[in-house]
Amino acid sequence: MKKDMTCIVCPIGCQMTIEEKADGTYEVTGNTCKRGPKYAINEMTNPTRVIPTTVVIKNAMLPRLPVKTAEPIPKGQIFDAMAVINQVVVEAPIKTGDVVIKDLLGLGIDVVATRTMDKC
Amino acid sequence: MIYDVVILGGGPAGLAAAVEAKNDGAEKVLILERDRELGGILNQCIHNGFGLHTFNEELTGPEYAERYIQKVKDLNIPYMLDTMVLDMHDNGDLKSIHVINEENGYMIIETKAVVLTMGCRERTSGAIGIPGYRPSGVFTAGTAQRFINMEGYMPGKEVVILGSGDIGLIMARRMTLEGAHVQAVCELMPYSNGLVRNIVQCLDDYDIPLKLSHTITFIHGKDRLEGVTVAKVDEKLKVIPGTEEFIPCDTLLLSVGLIPENEITRNAGVVMDNRTNGAIVGEMRQTSMPGVFACGNVVHVHDLVDFVSEEAVLAGKGAAKYIKGDLDTEITFTTTNGDGIGYVVPQQVAMTNVEEKVTFYMRVRQVFKDKVVNAYIGDQLIATKKEKKLLPAEMVNFKIAKDVLAQYPAGEIRFVVEEAK
Ligand SMILES: Cc1cc2nc3c(=O)[nH]c(=O)nc-3n(C[C@H](O)[C@H](O)[C@H](O)COP(=O)(O)OP(=O)(O)OC[C@H]3O[C@@H](n4cnc5c(N)ncnc54)[C@H](O)[C@@H]3O)c2cc1C
Ligand code: SF4
Repeated sequence: MKKDMTCIVCPIGCQMTIEEKADGTYEVTGNTCKRGPKYAINEMTNPTRVIPTTVVIKNAMLPRLPVKTAEPIPKGQIFDAMAVINQVVVEAPIKTGDVVIKDLLGLGIDVVATRTMDKC
Repeated sequence: MIYDVVILGGGPAGLAAAVEAKNDGAEKVLILERDRELGGILNQCIHNGFGLHTFNEELTGPEYAERYIQKVKDLNIPYMLDTMVLDMHDNGDLKSIHVINEENGYMIIETKAVVLTMGCRERTSGAIGIPGYRPSGVFTAGTAQRFINMEGYMPGKEVVILGSGDIGLIMARRMTLEGAHVQAVCELMPYSNGLVRNIVQCLDDYDIPLKLSHTITFIHGKDRLEGVTVAKVDEKLKVIPGTEEFIPCDTLLLSVGLIPENEITRNAGVVMDNRTNGAIVGEMRQTSMPGVFACGNVVHVHDLVDFVSEEAVLAGKGAAKYIKGDLDTEITFTTTNGDGIGYVVPQQVAMTNVEEKVTFYMRVRQVFKDKVVNAYIGDQLIATKKEKKLLPAEMVNFKIAKDVLAQYPAGEIRFVVEEAK
């Protein structure tokens, strides 16, 4: 089976073609760097996405703290993840990389802060 | 006190220019920022996709900004927040910057060199003139982004987005994740104005329809938005009668383009380019006013922050060279946009300042497949860049080595889209 896809690992967006060989391996063409084939094979077998969103923060300059999943999570679980993330309230001070949720949905992936916010 | 380099704007362009100028020997550097924090537009761009070229990892906007803010702090570069720059005057060797803030009131700051990094602002609905009232519920996509990501305020539940620029696409996904229903993204042109990766990640992932060759012909509702009329357009971008469709919604986001913020630049008398709406710049991002440099979105709208940082390094270097009296001003080449190309930056090149290469940034006027971009001096082909696909949304960066350029004494470098040979 052959499939055309756009690599979304970086903003260049290479147009790639992935082909499944008879022996079950994949051949990828059109990529500029080695991240492309990795993404293409993942898209065929287990598509995942990093979820960037926000959580409520208290005692900071702003009422929202930006966060992301430290690793990509399965596409099918994005909305379940959002439901959990939206329950969280944190307190300033927070540093970039601080874990806001440990082991999201039992996936073994943390949700981490993507900016530093001082107490004020 | 007289500064060496004053930077107008503390976004990614300003931060990178400040760091570079300081590292290159400018001692007294100052950043002026009207917002309450450094980082510029990146603070509201909480999505990932920044920095793959610069840091070799995928960062969110705030993370990318923080890396540069940290460098500014490590180098002890002073900055003033909540400080609005009003005006800039050229007094020969010194420039005076007129600013206002709550703490000090009105101030005049003197400096040898200036880097303009004010970024750009969004076009608004008024600028494109859709008939109907202006009820609440109509926002620019960037305003909605700031509301949701920084203030934690959700603009509405049923959403239509006009314009397929990157901010519109990013907001389609963001509002969907936060529980809103995005009915459609309407784009006047037959192609999207956003990066392909954003169409895949923000629309396709969530089955949000992208209606190409569609526009909004009427905004319904007097106090609160009640819906919009959407219609198809022909090749001349004229509405096709009978294709109108009413879509009920409480929120309309406009993502219809960005305009470089150049009031200060124009008032100071810097020579502008009406193709980019930014200053005409040279290879070190020097403007027509000696000692004044410009980089980032204030020069031309960038889609990738990595290229903003790249350009800012040139401006920072240029400013440091200028105060040491090392910047050559003799223009060797000018550049121009030929068939298929909308604009080229830089517009001028002084060869003595060039280190290894010159990177020319340009945008194509329409979608091209399997074409090449060729650079000519006179009728001599000097360089070629192959692209599988050329899109107006994606800036082309075309590097020409110093050795190649050095073979020609002077002249005009013309960039054109042509058939691949
Ligand atoms: C919504 C959105 C999404 C994007 N997504 C991506 C992406 O996924 N990946 C990517 O690589 N790039 C992305 N970009 C592009 C990138 O973020 C921008 O190109 C970059 O931030 C531009 O940097 P800048 O410093 O030129 O401008 P800005 O970030 O706009 O900074 C300009 C600064 O100058 C200040 N200023 C302006 N006027 C004055 C004044 N008179 N006095 C004092 N201060 C002033 C402003 O307050 C601001 O802080 C995105 C851009 C936007 C808008
Ligand atoms: S293949 Fe490499 S360069 Fe091309 S889009 Fe993917 S990550 Fe970017």
